[in-house]
Amino acid sequence: MTSSDAFIAANRFGLGPRPGELAAIGKDPRGWIGEQISIVNQVPPELRNQPSSASLIRGIHEARMQGPENLKKMARKGFRKTMLTEIVARTQAQIRSPQPFRERMVLFWANHFTVSTTKGLIGPTIGAYEREAIRPHIFGRFEDMLLAATHHPTMLSYLDNNISFGPGSRVGKRRGRGLNENLAREILELHTLGVNGGYSQSDVTEFAKILTGWTHGGTRGKKSIQRLGPVHGNFEFRDIFHEPGPKTLLGKRYAENGEQEGVDALKDIARHPATAKFIAAKLARHFIADDPPADAVKALETAFRQSGGHLGQVSQKLIELDAVWNEPLPKVKTPHELVVSTLRAVAFDDIEPRLFFGIFREMGQSPFSAPSPAGWPDQAKDWMSPEALLRRVEWLRALAARLPRSLNPDTVAGQTIGPVMSARTEEMIAAAPSGEEALALLFASPEFQRR
Amino acid sequence: MVTRRKILQTAGSAALLGSLAPARVAFGAAPTENRLAVVILRGGLDGLHAVPPYGDPNYRALRPTIAVPPPGQEGGALDLNGAFGLHPALAPLQQLYAQKQLLIVQAATTGYAQRSHFDGQNVLENGTNIPYGANDGWLNRALVTLNDGDRRLGLSVGHTVPLLMRGAARVQTWAPTNLPQADDDFLTRLAYVYEEDIMLSDALREARQSQDIASGMMARGTAKGGRRGQYKQLSQAAGRLLAAPDGPRIAVFEAGGWDTHFGQINRLRQQLGELSSGLMTFKESLGPVWDQTTVIVLSEFGRTAAENGSRGTDHGVGGIALMLGGAVAGGRFVGDWPGLSQSALYEGRDVRPTTDYRSLLKTMLRDRMGLDEAFLEDKVFPGSRAAPATNGLFRSV
Repeated sequence: MTSSDAFIAANRFGLGPRPGELAAIGKDPRGWIGEQISIVNQVPPELRNQPSSASLIRGIHEARMQGPENLKKMARKGFRKTMLTEIVARTQAQIRSPQPFRERMVLFWANHFTVSTTKGLIGPTIGAYEREAIRPHIFGRFEDMLLAATHHPTMLSYLDNNISFGPGSRVGKRRGRGLNENLAREILELHTLGVNGGYSQSDVTEFAKILTGWTHGGTRGKKSIQRLGPVHGNFEFRDIFHEPGPKTLLGKRYAENGEQEGVDALKDIARHPATAKFIAAKLARHFIADDPPADAVKALETAFRQSGGHLGQVSQKLIELDAVWNEPLPKVKTPHELVVSTLRAVAFDDIEPRLFFGIFREMGQSPFSAPSPAGWPDQAKDWMSPEALLRRVEWLRALAARLPRSLNPDTVAGQTIGPVMSARTEEMIAAAPSGEEALALLFASPEFQRR
Repeated sequence: MVTRRKILQTAGSAALLGSLAPARVAFGAAPTENRLAVVILRGGLDGLHAVPPYGDPNYRALRPTIAVPPPGQEGGALDLNGAFGLHPALAPLQQLYAQKQLLIVQAATTGYAQRSHFDGQNVLENGTNIPYGANDGWLNRALVTLNDGDRRLGLSVGHTVPLLMRGAARVQTWAPTNLPQADDDFLTRLAYVYEEDIMLSDALREARQSQDIASGMMARGTAKGGRRGQYKQLSQAAGRLLAAPDGPRIAVFEAGGWDTHFGQINRLRQQLGELSSGLMTFKESLGPVWDQTTVIVLSEFGRTAAENGSRGTDHGVGGIALMLGGAVAGGRFVGDWPGLSQSALYEGRDVRPTTDYRSLLKTMLRDRMGLDEAFLEDKVFPGSRAAPATNGLFRSV
């Protein structure tokens, strides 16, 4: 016995039902989601043997030390291959996962703390970044995720903090180098307070000073290798980059305290009321509707504040909100969600990589390539342009032609959109001139395009 | 002469379009033969690097390691007027300037004076003074009165329709693809499935009509992987579609990668090179229609006057606008140049904005698209009276 609630659990919280999943969710959709919050953090098998960011950063550093020609060659061959391997493994994990709510939350938070290959040599380490900084904290404390993401070499490079220098620091004075406020601004605007969170340009500058010195081992030059030892590829705090003296952020004075200044400031920002509000609204937009009801946002905000930003408790609150269960189809799937849910529906577990990179690109959502630090957008108006819809339909029509003939469209429909299928969709699937067209119509239907 | 378009403009209402629809046959032609293209550069283009004020004594002092050298030196600017030059990667534009087809507005920006990319882009596209001040784009609001019946004069090139082009007016869309076209029978069946879903049925109907328009001109199976190839392909497609007599009249395209917090010299050399080759490809594919064309290049804001600690620049308020095309009265700079002295800088750090983009845009829509000034003030750019339309930006015809 399946229900609209099971459909919502599988699609809005999961990544779309695999065969049999709706039936397994059965009468306890809330329990099915809740269970995934409480289990011990586990890296999916597909991702367990992937390299750490430290080892990748060491490799990039070695290539760099061998000169720009070699770096270019490595970037084209080795690093690109690493990234593609990561994307295949990650997509496979999403397609096969028996705990898809966890995988959705990894995607949600990795998108919140976006790093993207649109910039430099970030690409090969993004998978590792997600495993190291995001995944361990999806149901832990927001503050810990913020600290982990901000400490991570991939983030420090993506938002240029590795090349930000206190003007009064030793390096700043000796080499006349200065601040780069990219990371400081985007933490305040995109990761925590939100653009209307009540900070000023002076807060951005002061926060940038606080964060000077936050860099990683992969940035060492030949001289610092001699002095500090071999490259390790992990976070490091470099005192000689750090702006000395007290700083004032959001009205609070931080005395000179090296790396700890940044840790204290991040903790304070994580507990700021504007952060609770900003995160609550973003979660509600993802899990309830493009324009979620204000009382639902408020409830999440309260849960965030009362739990001290405990994301497991905030997620539990989310499941308990009536607004979540009112409508089965309020959101349009992103291209990524569409691809993954389609492949889950047909249990297409062994990806032929070339088949998918093209489609992600054609739909405008290549993995690890968000166009800006704001990450991928999360509203229908951003994805459902006429051209984009046509690409979806064309891809699904072409995919259906390659699926095994043994797939029965009625069975697949029942196992995916069954609980919410309209009479019209059912009629047209039944009336399709061939099995492959029936499957294509099913996947192109509103019930499958939405969640 | 009172044309139908002017009546609509006065009413300013999309609904009226529907009520007059039966008269469409008599008004089948496009209201104008002029062409517009709006290019949005996302990330904040550094106006001081694209068009360096090499004659300003503060320029090199503010940017000791990244200033574009003066004309005559290696990698130096290409001189335009003895005070400003073009970045060498924009070399093809120098000739346009000489032919009086390039007009430059330094210290220009939107109605937004903060430094968030996302709010800045939103304001640039919504046409008001504040982020999220409107749910549709200013260009779409302008198109509401220009579209005539089923004729779609707006064209959005790329995978998504930017906010600038979103709204009540129907637009064409085009993006390169390698996917096989779905057959008509399948799409007809799907249209029936979509009938009760307004968003999907609208999108599918729009897509099928756009496809009919574009398929005659554009071959499939040509999508390129690399970004460089894509720019070229997009500008070529936009040019060809816009050049067609029965095609669209106003195109929008966008390009990212302008947020140069570090390594600006190399990154902007590449970016500006891609931009100028894209613009030249566009010009070529327009053919003789270039003479009736105006291209305006905009970005959400500029960058700090001084370089930052990473041989780059951070977000800054005052930016730049470039206007080019056969219709432009170019070969000159327009707008006040505030200079780069410490006291001239905005909040002590950014180029002080002296021209509101909307002055340029209103002038463009009035002079080239024949839109009524009151309509532009009330509907297209509400709350922008402080930025009135100006004169003399275009060749008189």
